Amino acid sequence: MNTNGNTYTVIYSVVLVVLVAAILAFVAMSLQDKQNENIKIETITKVLSAASQADENVTIDETTDVLKMYTENITDAFEVDGTGAVKRHMDMGKDDPKKIQVPSTADLKKQNDILKKIAGAKSDADKESLLKSLSLPVFVFDINGKEISVIPCYGAGLWGPIWGYIALANDGKTIEGAIFDHKGETPGLGAKIAEAPFYTSFRGKALGDGETAFAVEKGKHAGVPDCVDAISGATITSQALGRGINLWATYYRPYLKTMAAEAEAVTLENQTDSTAAVIPAASIEPVK
Amino acid sequence: MSDINFKEVLLKPIFKGNPVTVLVLGICSSLAVTVQLKGALVMALSVTIVTGLSSFVVSIIRNSIPNRIRIIVQLVVVALMVILVDQILKAYSYSISKSLSVYVGLIITNCIVMGRIEAYALGNKPIPSLLDGLANGAGYGLILVVLAFFREILGSGTLFGYRIIPQAFYDAGYMDNGLVILPPMALILLGLIVWIQRSIQKDLQEK
Repeated sequence: MNTNGNTYTVIYSVVLVVLVAAILAFVAMSLQDKQNENIKIETITKVLSAASQADENVTIDETTDVLKMYTENITDAFEVDGTGAVKRHMDMGKDDPKKIQVPSTADLKKQNDILKKIAGAKSDADKESLLKSLSLPVFVFDINGKEISVIPCYGAGLWGPIWGYIALANDGKTIEGAIFDHKGETPGLGAKIAEAPFYTSFRGKALGDGETAFAVEKGKHAGVPDCVDAISGATITSQALGRGINLWATYYRPYLKTMAAEAEAVTLENQTDSTAAVIPAASIEPVK
Repeated sequence: MSDINFKEVLLKPIFKGNPVTVLVLGICSSLAVTVQLKGALVMALSVTIVTGLSSFVVSIIRNSIPNRIRIIVQLVVVALMVILVDQILKAYSYSISKSLSVYVGLIITNCIVMGRIEAYALGNKPIPSLLDGLANGAGYGLILVVLAFFREILGSGTLFGYRIIPQAFYDAGYMDNGLVILPPMALILLGLIVWIQRSIQKDLQEK
């Protein structure tokens, strides 16, 4: 047979490509569940390691049983809307670690899109309904007696999405830990947001009350609580991360303020006599 | 073609005709993935499987491949194998697949794979081609593992992540060599291996 004719060559390449595509599609479909589970465990690890930075004695490495540690330390996991009201509780995996619910990056993207829409909403009614449609996840941990709330953030980096988890103390402001990840930022430059000297610089900082809740900017961080230093050579990634944290933190504010007020009430109650009037947590109006 | 020396097919690429130290192919990835022994071992295994299976498949269809699109057909076959390996790693060995990052995908550009298909699989029967591919992958893997052994023990004081150099050494002032972690030192180490091999095998020395 003439294997050099045009017809033969075209038919050969079409058949080969279709065959290869079919094999790859089949393999991708059959391995998908397993791969998604790995990604979920990675997210759980990220959430947990953000929270665990609150205590220097707690370390997470490859040998840590992440699922066990997560279920042992988590005290609550739920989603709040843009007004600070709790919408839905998430499975913490106390009965079965396989059922732990964490947001995927696709979920974060969905929320991020709503956040961006709110910023551009035309009428107050639109804005209100969009705020109500948000479901922003919050994870509450008990790390050696400290109550730590972990909230995510998401943004568009230079080459793809960047996201992360920020652990806050129960005043709703002080950052106890942070961890970030990215899809494909430049290794050695933007990719450094996922590495130690950068994310550890968040510890001890705080979310601001003003127009911007947080910023990642070059040379302005010294003595400023709501700003960390940017990464040299990665201006776009750094700024995108700053914008992402700022956007998300802004819409978590109503919830964080409620939480801080509750925490304060509890401390006051403990300081005065325990027979003093207890303010029921539910009676505290979300601060707008 | 019936009198193929299987022993030679299997053993030559390991030492006498090693793809890394003699043919000097696949240098980039051997510098990049040899910081940790575990990653190097998985990479070695992946490349071995990819070279073996691609050679095997190409050898089976070698008489039907139209000559004008020969390279493209080879690329498609290699790409198929690489994606399969990548998907399986992602499913069953996620942390290693993360640490190898793009280098698994880049196996496709590893000259050893295409080199063996062009040089051997296109002109030989499937079984010898499979062995040739596996042996070349193993030869590459051997260098990777040797490099990773020295880099991990000198750079981090560990092997497979377990501490080898006792804490007492560090207390006495010993420090891990940070330079070994970086690619330039890997190239120097590779150069040393080439030097040692050529001093044993005098016929490789150029006059």
